[in-house]
Amino acid sequence: MAFTNEQIERYSRHIILKEVGAKGQKKLLNAKVLIIGAGGLGAPAAMYLAAAGIGTIGIADADEVDLSNLQRQIIHQTKDVGKPKVESARETMEAMNPDVKVITYHEFITSENILDIIKDYDFIIDGTDNFPAKFLINDACVMAKKPFSHAGIIRFQGQLMTYVPDKSPCYRCVFKEPPPKDAVPTCKQAGVIGAMGGVIGSLQAMETVKYILGVGELLTGYLLTYDALKMQFRKVKLPSDTHKCAVCGNNPTITKLIDYEQAECDGVGL
Amino acid sequence: MNITVAGVKKEVRDGITVAQLIIDEKVETPEYVTVTVNDEFLENTQFEETVLSEGDNIEFLYFMGGGQ
Ligand SMILES: [Zn+2]
Repeated sequence: MAFTNEQIERYSRHIILKEVGAKGQKKLLNAKVLIIGAGGLGAPAAMYLAAAGIGTIGIADADEVDLSNLQRQIIHQTKDVGKPKVESARETMEAMNPDVKVITYHEFITSENILDIIKDYDFIIDGTDNFPAKFLINDACVMAKKPFSHAGIIRFQGQLMTYVPDKSPCYRCVFKEPPPKDAVPTCKQAGVIGAMGGVIGSLQAMETVKYILGVGELLTGYLLTYDALKMQFRKVKLPSDTHKCAVCGNNPTITKLIDYEQAECDGVGL
Repeated sequence: MNITVAGVKKEVRDGITVAQLIIDEKVETPEYVTVTVNDEFLENTQFEETVLSEGDNIEFLYFMGGGQ
C-alpha cells in the first residue's frame, strides 16, 4: 500500500519521527482498535486515534448524547443531543479523517456479546464508567488474550494501567472484585472536571499508539495516578507476582464471564 | 521509625499496624482499598496483624469507577 500525497502531508509529523516513519504509519493504518464507552475517556481517545490514522476504530456505547455529557465528552456537539453516542462519535471521526473506518456497536457490552465484539481488534480501550463493565472488559481481555488500557476518573483524579497478556498484572490482580453498589462514588454522584477525561483519555490513546508501533515502555506493571489539585503524576509499581489472581493466575477460579449488577445511580451504564 | 506512604517519607510510631496506618492516613473507603507493602499485595484480612518496619514502602490503590 503506497501513501497518497494527501496522506504523506496529513501524517508528516508522524512520518518524520524515527520511531514511526512510513512503516509505523502503515502499522497505524492497518491497526484495529476498539473503544468501549464514547464518553469522558472514550471521546478524546477516539479523536486522537482517528486523527492518528488508526485504520479501523470500533466504538461501543448504548447511550444517547445528553446535554450533561457535553461538559467533557468533546466528540459530541450540542446539535447531537438525543443522538446515539456511537453515531455522533462516528460522524466526528469520519469528518476528521476519511482514512478511518468506524464500526459502531450501539449496545451494552455483556458476557454474551463481549468476546465476539473484541475478537477482531488488536487493542481495546476501557472508557466505561462503572465497575461491572470494567471487570467484564478485564476478564474478557484476559480470556481472549487481548491487550487493553484500563482507566478511571473522578473529581480531580485519574488513573490508568495497561494490560498485555502474559506480561503484566491485570485489573483483577489489583482489585479483586467490584465494590458493592454505591460503596464507591461514581462521576455522576461525585463530579469530575471535564479536562480530566482529556488528560487520561489522551494517555490511553498514547498507550495504544505505542503498543501498535511497538515502541517505548508501556504502562504494564504500573498504575499511573494523577492528582490534578496537586498537579502530581505518580507511577505506582504493581506487584509482579500474579499467580494468585482469580482470572489471570495459575489456577483461575473465574473461567466464565460475569455480569455483575449495575449500581442504580449509574443509570444508563456504559 | 520512618516509612514511605504513597511516595512520601514520614515518621510513624514503632510497631504501627497497617490497620492503624489506614486510620491515621484517613484513607477513603478503607474497606475497598488495595494495599501493597514493599511491592507485594497485602490481603485485607491481614491489615490488623501486619506490623510495619523501618523503611517499608506502602501504597494505597483506590477504585476509580468513572469514565463517562
Ligand atoms: Zn490478574
